[in-house]
Amino acid sequence: MSDTHYDRAPGDATALPDVEQGTSSGVLVYTIGLALAVVLTAMSFWVANTSLLWVGGVSLGLTVLAVAQMGVHLVFFLHVTTGPDNTNNVMALAFGVLIVALIVIGSLLIMADLNANMMMPAEMMNLHLQR
Amino acid sequence: MNVNVALIDDVSPETQLIASEAGPAPKRIVVGYGFWIFLLSDIVMFAALFAAYAVLAHATAGGPTGAELFNQVSVAIETGCLLASSYTCGLMSLAVGSQRRFRTYLAAVVTFVLGAAFLGLELREFAGMIAVGATPQRSAFLSAFFTLVGCHGLHVTVGLIWLVVMMFQVAVKGFRATVERRLLCFSLFWHALDIIWVWLFTVVYLMGVIS
Repeated sequence: MSDTHYDRAPGDATALPDVEQGTSSGVLVYTIGLALAVVLTAMSFWVANTSLLWVGGVSLGLTVLAVAQMGVHLVFFLHVTTGPDNTNNVMALAFGVLIVALIVIGSLLIMADLNANMMMPAEMMNLHLQR
Repeated sequence: MNVNVALIDDVSPETQLIASEAGPAPKRIVVGYGFWIFLLSDIVMFAALFAAYAVLAHATAGGPTGAELFNQVSVAIETGCLLASSYTCGLMSLAVGSQRRFRTYLAAVVTFVLGAAFLGLELREFAGMIAVGATPQRSAFLSAFFTLVGCHGLHVTVGLIWLVVMMFQVAVKGFRATVERRLLCFSLFWHALDIIWVWLFTVVYLMGVIS
């Protein structure tokens, strides 16, 4: 009895914190997640359509809201936590976020830079190269 | 199990937390980790499509722009469908955890209907766009749009087929460990699709309308 924790064959474990904690608190977690996601989604649609906010900041605001909602989904729906079972998942997620950020931000920066250089008149381009 | 915890607690409270001390990780954790890696690779693929869309968003070649084509009401309903379906998918995994057959089927049916409603609205939107001449061939912006949004729609389609297959497996095989792990992977997949949709409606539809 006292050694069951160590004597189990690999992968045989069935006792899990998620299952053990009972259905009612599980429903509560998902419901909180749903409520937060609905609020954030409604805010996103409001921010995009309102004329009360400065137009230049709307894109940034929408990005922040999307990041927040992604966090809500990860924590309340996908159950990515800081627990010991989740260390590998969090590390993989951090790596994934790094790659995604490199691809998206890198592409946008490079293409914006190329566009800016293409717009330059010929003599400006020449000066730019000589400097 | 409780006895074990009590004994270990006498020695050191941290012992229980060190993963290497607890023996091999349960198969459920390992399977979840492997599928998580797959999902992240899928998200990296979507990142490339997002980058292509963001670069080409203004390359309309004189054709229709996003602000002219996108219907925000339709997008809001699609978002609601997918979010609610993600919630019912979570309820389904709770029902699977407590091995309740009826609740599992009920939640799966609601999840399927909401997912199918999302897909139907999206296809109607595509058909409407193609009807007014906004086909993928029209401009680089539309090519990128149809690739990105269509790829997400394709994932949702695959998810719906997967859900049907899983319900047949529950009906025939019951709540075996293998079936439960597959259902875990399905719910991870479904929630990840919702995360991608959050970025889709933010970047494509909402930012497309404001600029």
